Amino acid sequence: MSERKDRRGIYRHRLATRLWHWVTAATIFVMLGSGLMILNAHPHLYWGQYGANFDHPWISFSRFPGWMTIPSTYNLALARRWHLTFALLLAFALLAFMIASLINRHFQRDLRVAPRELAPGHLWCDLKAHLAFRFHDPARPGAFNTLQKLSYVAVIFVLLPLIIGTGLTMSPGINAAWPWLLDLFGGRQSARSIHFITATLIVAFIIVHLTLVILAGPLGEIRSMITGWWRVPAGDGE
Amino acid sequence: MTKLITRRHAAGGLILGAGGLLSGCDALGDNQTFRKVIYSGDGINRRLQRLVSDRGALAREYSPREMSPRFRTNGTRDPTNPEYTALAKGGFANWKLTVDGLVERPLAISLNQLRSMPARSQITRHDCVEGWSAIGKWTGPRLSLILDMARLKPAARYIIFHCADAYRGGTEPYYESIDLIDSFHPQTILAWAMNDSPLSIGHGAPVRLRVERQLGYKHAKYVMRIEAVASLDHIRGGKGGLWEDMAGYDWYAGI
Repeated sequence: MSERKDRRGIYRHRLATRLWHWVTAATIFVMLGSGLMILNAHPHLYWGQYGANFDHPWISFSRFPGWMTIPSTYNLALARRWHLTFALLLAFALLAFMIASLINRHFQRDLRVAPRELAPGHLWCDLKAHLAFRFHDPARPGAFNTLQKLSYVAVIFVLLPLIIGTGLTMSPGINAAWPWLLDLFGGRQSARSIHFITATLIVAFIIVHLTLVILAGPLGEIRSMITGWWRVPAGDGE
Repeated sequence: MTKLITRRHAAGGLILGAGGLLSGCDALGDNQTFRKVIYSGDGINRRLQRLVSDRGALAREYSPREMSPRFRTNGTRDPTNPEYTALAKGGFANWKLTVDGLVERPLAISLNQLRSMPARSQITRHDCVEGWSAIGKWTGPRLSLILDMARLKPAARYIIFHCADAYRGGTEPYYESIDLIDSFHPQTILAWAMNDSPLSIGHGAPVRLRVERQLGYKHAKYVMRIEAVASLDHIRGGKGGLWEDMAGYDWYAGI
């Protein structure tokens, strides 16, 4: 984020970041709901190349309830239509955001984690600051703190690519085109399991993310993700 | 204090909002215009997959020790159609595969003729749309061999498989269709054997289609007739397959 300041505060989020944030927020919401409906069709997960009713799942679920799924009543075909169309949006929006963020230097400027930030002492201080609800460095209130950067880096560069990669590995057409994906994830059923685990980690991120937005002052945070302009909350950073 | 209330309200608002959005998704899914949007993924995914994959790219073939210990059956397990049960009683000695439509030379091939044709064996993974996978060995002649014998007319664009099993109380016979890229693919075979035994009735005896780069519902069982057509529009429900017509599954099941 540039440290451009005026009476409106700090210009914190560029247009590419804001667009991607909201497109992805809506897309993930659809992917989670439709994904759970797809899982309802065979709610057992396996490791390896194959896995069906006579094989041993490592985890089984009873059906996910209608308030968690898209659509709310059992319809595998419609859930797949939602999931496989929004998957295109998720993947290509991420690609566009990555390119834009390299060009506008959002990644280099805001998400680069300096080695000294990973020192245990620094991480400990960062954690204590979080527990005391201090989220901003008074000297550079617009900068992300270390744990924040690490969680964003994990989502953008690990979890989202992983969920897209394992999703592609479940496609028999893509398996023929890119058979190395099967080797990378240890088979189609392993990919399916990793896909579910990654989705769970994304849900964990969303819970922490929303909690911190609420703690940091939801109106100001949401406004800044819409307009780009963010005001340092009163009494914060001290 | 005011800040606390705001936070609590925000949390409640988020939960209420999520619930409202989910029920909104049901309404959107029923909306015809929106349905067109989410149904467009079928064609986009097909074009993107064809863009990144060679038309002859092969599905992975596995070694015998990687096979599923037990390969479950799915869909129709025992067709009740009297014509079919009579054929099954006779060991399919009277079964004939009809090849017609846009071909120069319509054919009627007996099971013995089919079994005497050069066959391909492949150990491949069967992926059900529901999410499970099973690995088995399939043996049979390449579909391209039969299509070359029948000689497709230039207008032919799709191959339809008409089956002996039926849904909705026997009123809707199973059918499926694939394009010519998949029809002439080296791993697209008419399997008469599975795991080195004649195909069982549960798995689609006497012959089932294997189209290895697509999901299970494309692999038509109990194949009785192969028809070459120029368009799928006026065949049955017009979507190219029974599950496509009946439930709205994607016609392109490579994903």
